[in-house]
Order: sequence, then C-alpha cells, then structure tokens
Amino acid sequence: MGIQTWTFIIVGITFALYIGIAIWSRAKSTKEFYIAGGGVSPLANGLATAADWMSAASFLGMAGIIAFSGYDGSVYLMGWTGGYVLLALLLAPYLRKFGKFTVPDFIGDRYYSNVARTVAVVAALFVSFTYVAGQMRGVGVVFSRFLDVEVNTGVYIGMTVVLFYAFLGGMKGITYTQVAQYCVLIFAFMVPAIFISLMATGNPIPQLGFGSAGEDGVYLLDKLDGLMTELGFTAYTDGTKSTTDVFFITAALMMGTAGLPHVIIRFFTVPKVKDARKSAGYALLFIAILYTTAPAIAVFARTNLMETVQDTPYKEIPSWFTKWEDTGLIAWTDKNGDGKIQYLPGSAVEGKKPEFVEGRAEYGQRKISNPSMTANELYVDRDITVLANPEIAGLPNWIIALVAAGGLAAALSTAAGLLLVISTSISHDLIKKQFARDISDKKELLIARLSAVLAVIVAGYFGINPPGFVASVVALAFGLAASSFFPAIVMGIFSKRMNREGAISGMIAGLAITTYYIARFKLQWIGNPETSTAKDWWFGISPEGFGTVGMLVNFAVALVVSGFTSPPPENVQEIVENIRIPSGAGDAAEH
Amino acid sequence: MDASQRKKYWRENLKYLSILLTIWFLVSYGFGILLVDELNTIRLGGFKLGFWFAQQGSIYVFVLLIFVYVRLMNKLDKKYEVNE
Repeated sequence: MGIQTWTFIIVGITFALYIGIAIWSRAKSTKEFYIAGGGVSPLANGLATAADWMSAASFLGMAGIIAFSGYDGSVYLMGWTGGYVLLALLLAPYLRKFGKFTVPDFIGDRYYSNVARTVAVVAALFVSFTYVAGQMRGVGVVFSRFLDVEVNTGVYIGMTVVLFYAFLGGMKGITYTQVAQYCVLIFAFMVPAIFISLMATGNPIPQLGFGSAGEDGVYLLDKLDGLMTELGFTAYTDGTKSTTDVFFITAALMMGTAGLPHVIIRFFTVPKVKDARKSAGYALLFIAILYTTAPAIAVFARTNLMETVQDTPYKEIPSWFTKWEDTGLIAWTDKNGDGKIQYLPGSAVEGKKPEFVEGRAEYGQRKISNPSMTANELYVDRDITVLANPEIAGLPNWIIALVAAGGLAAALSTAAGLLLVISTSISHDLIKKQFARDISDKKELLIARLSAVLAVIVAGYFGINPPGFVASVVALAFGLAASSFFPAIVMGIFSKRMNREGAISGMIAGLAITTYYIARFKLQWIGNPETSTAKDWWFGISPEGFGTVGMLVNFAVALVVSGFTSPPPENVQEIVENIRIPSGAGDAAEH
Repeated sequence: MDASQRKKYWRENLKYLSILLTIWFLVSYGFGILLVDELNTIRLGGFKLGFWFAQQGSIYVFVLLIFVYVRLMNKLDKKYEVNE
C-alpha cells in the first residue's frame, strides 16, 4: 500500500479514537469541564501533561533545531525540561492545595484584588493566544505535508476535531484524548529513531547510540565535529552563542515553562497534593523520553546529510533528496557550475526561504529566484530532520504514516490544552468572577462551551492569517510567562509578606519591560531599527533570553513596593499558611 | 497541627528545596553552560562531558530530582501526619 493510503488509514483510526474518547468522557459540570472533576490519576495526568507540553514544534522541529545549531540547541533541551523541576518543587503542590480552577484564581485570591486577577487574565489570554496561533498553523502544515491538502484546509480540519472534543469534554475530554495522543506521538517518534540509531551505530538506544562509534570506529560526534570544522562551520559540540546568552535563554525558557497557564492548570486535575508532585515527575519522565532522543536524531541526521550531499553530483543524489526538493523543503543552486552539491556555512538563499520559479535547471533541479551571494549552494528546511528520517532509514510506508499521525497528535493535544485555558479564562475568570458572580453552574458550563467555540474560531483565524509575531512565539510566550506569572506565584507561596501592591506592580513592570524589549529587538516595531540590532542588545542578551531579566525586574519591583506598603490582611496570610500544608486538598476544591 | 509544628515542617521542606535546587542549578547552568568548556576536556565514551550534560545528563538528573523530592516529601508528610 502507498504512503497516502496508509496515512489516511492511520490518521483516520487515531481521529476516530480521539472522538470516541471525547464522547465517552463528556463533562457534566463546570468542575469536570475546568479540571476534569479533580479525579485524574497522577500517571494519566503525567501522560496528558507530556502530550499537552509537546507541540508540533517539539515533535517535528526540535531535532531539526538541534541538528542545525549543535550545542546552542541545548538551551531548548535544558530549558523545556528544567522548568518541570521548578513546577514540581515550587508551584504544583501548593497550587493544587489551593484548589481552584485557574492561575488568575490564585493570583486574584492570594493578592485579594480584582486588578491583580485582571492583569493575570490578560497575561494568560495573551500568552495562550500567541502560543495557540502557532499550533493551529502547525496542524495545517502537518496536514499539508502528509495528506497533500492546502494548509488552510488542514487548519479547518484541525479546528473541527479540536472543537468537537473541547466542546463536549472540556478538561475531562482533553485529558483522556491527550493520554491517547501521547502514546501515538511517542511511538511515532521512537520507532524511526531506534532504526536510525541501529543503522548508524548498531546500538538500538538512540541516547547511547550518538555517543558511540560508527562502522569505521570513529566516534560519531568526533566525526561530525571534524566534517563541520573542515568546511568552515563551528564544531557541532561548540556552538556560537555567548555563554551569557545561553544562560539567560535557558533560564527564560525554564521559568517560562513553569509559568505557562496551560501547564500549571494540569496540576489542578489530580486528587491530592502528593499526586501533583508525583504527576510532575511522570510528566517530565515522559517528556524526557522524547527530549533525550531528539539530540541523538539530530546528530544522526546532520552527519548523514553532510556525508550524503557534500560534493555529490546532483544526478547521483538519493531519492529522498529530490522528493523533499519537490515539496520545497530542499533547494539547490549550482553556484559554481560543477554539477555537485556544496553545503557550506551561510544562508544559501536571500531572505528566509527559497522562492521557487517555474521550470528546471541544467541537472533537473528546481529553479529559485533568490540564491544568495555565499558559496553555500544548499537550502535545507530543518523540519526535514524528523520528516525524512523513516525514508532515509528505508522504513516501510506504514511507519511514515505513523509519523504523520504522531505530528498531528502533538499539534492537536497542545492546541486543545491552550484552547481550554482560553475558554476557562473567558467563562470563569472574566464572566463569572467579574460580571456575573451568581450565575448557576449549568449556565457557567454553557458559557464555558461557547467560549471554547469562540476560542477555536479565533485561533483558527490566526492559524489561517498568521500575524507577524507568530515566528517570535517562543520569545514572546515564554518571556511573558517568565516575567509575569512565575514570580507572582512563587512569591505568593513563599512570602507571607508579599502584598497586593507589590505583586501588581511587579507583574506590570516585568511584562512591560519584556514586551518593550521583544517589540524593539525582535519585532522591530518600536525604536530606530538601526539601533535595534544584535550589537545593541542590553548586556548581550537576546530577546529570547530577556524573560529572565523581566523576571528579575518583577521580583525586585515587587519586593521594594511591598516593603513600603502595608502587609496583606490576616485571612490572606492564613491562605498562605494553609497551602503550605498538604492535607485537606480534596475539600478545598469544593468551593 | 500547631504553629510550631507547621514552622518545623515548612523549614524541613525549604531545606530539601534548597539542596535539590542547588543540584538542579549545578547540572544545568553549572556543568552544561558555565563550566562546559572545562568539562569538555573530559570524555565520556564518545561524548565530551560538558556537551553530554547540556544535552543528556542534566535532563536525567532533573527527572531523578523530582522523584527524590516526591519520596522525601511523602516521608515528611507522614512524619508530621499531614499525608492523605
């Protein structure tokens, strides 16, 4: 059977499974809709959190980012896993004990202020919308890659599926579909990885494989370092970013991870405080399986690419190369006219992507209109690292179809988790808490469902018409979460003295300075572009890493302001006393 | 649970946190970033040690840290009879 047929069959089966789970786990109350009734086992929550966390970018993009940035890619590996240690040790157990539905719930109650709640809602909506726009686009891209449909059609299909189970099941439906989605995505990621590792080194465990030697007895990493330095690249294990920048980016990603509302909210769904700790452990374990495999795939793919293409005549190139050239993920221009491929440092094209024009050039390669002046002849889209794996390893068609299903599972599970945060923010934090305090549970549930529909439509709109800032999702979403929620929640738990004035001014200061920095240095929306280049970065910190500075500013402002204003009232100090003691969490959720 | 017991429980918790977070900092920011060049002179099979910590080792330690914390806290909760 062909790849297409297999893809339709496997994707069809997984979608039927997700919808079946959604019907079986319909939510009947707001508590079920918001936090799955608080009855999810730590293991199931760990699986769901892992699927929620790992997006299309983790599944398809991560290995590619590392393959093309070597040591510099470590910021994502450490940043997106180390945050779970902070979650498990500093946030999750206490927020679970607090026992409400959302992050703004905690901020609003702990800082006895509707202003604080509103700041938190706005930040939560902003972070989630930024993030989800990229996910819906991701769903569309995955569809278009594997099923040969337009990206926009893919977005519509994705919207329909997510809508179905978010509308019916809320958190309950999402949780159990995420459990299924984790199984699909990890299987789809690991099977090709194991085969590739076997092929490259004879070791079936990729994590060990990339530290061992190939058939020629040379360690794989040494070989890759050698290949790269010979051609003028920086050695794979060295990296080009400054130590300061690596430090700050890693920190921003860690604190951002710990402050992302769609991750935090998952820990409200388990029955007890100790379950919250345990499920954070499971979540990181399941995430680590993929995150420790990705750097191995990266090394295999990069080595394979360098060895296969370097100075190889285009006529003799393997078929996967021309296949991905046809989809536009690879482009080759014969700059020196020798008919062979030269893969060298520097971008092969002007701008970000090759612009293909009609017709074929001398050797049958596709023509592009924007080759650059560098000697590098080859453009490679980094997504290819994971996409082309099964073909490079010569795996059967059904495994290629499985990778498609895995990519879709990763994109859908993350989109659904984010959409739930958005709909909860609207129905619970805005409508219920600000405007209609005494609406019945039934009405609130209806509003929650309608908000979910609205959220899907808005997210779909952004997926089809991606705003300019989607490319900066990482810097924005993590920077904002790190500079707003993380400090506010940590101080809310660990300092009894932190008061309303301190927390609000801290959050606003952190958000403001981070937004300013990203708007200026990443998006170039404000300020003179000529004084907003990498040379002008403060202390050499890139916009991706600036969330760390925003976080420090938040802490500093909050501590100073709270020192000059009156301490929080008795009953709030009691809340803090209370969340530090694990027992009695079950009752707290019944509010 | 009276106030002094609460305080003691909290202080022990903070002690665990500071030890575990020190290790957390050391394996990632320490071994993986600040000391990476020094550690890269040491080999672990085909890996340079600093590179290994940045792309593998730190993640393994993170997972371990959480499960160690789970164990420590479960014991502590029992000791102070605040477990469920």
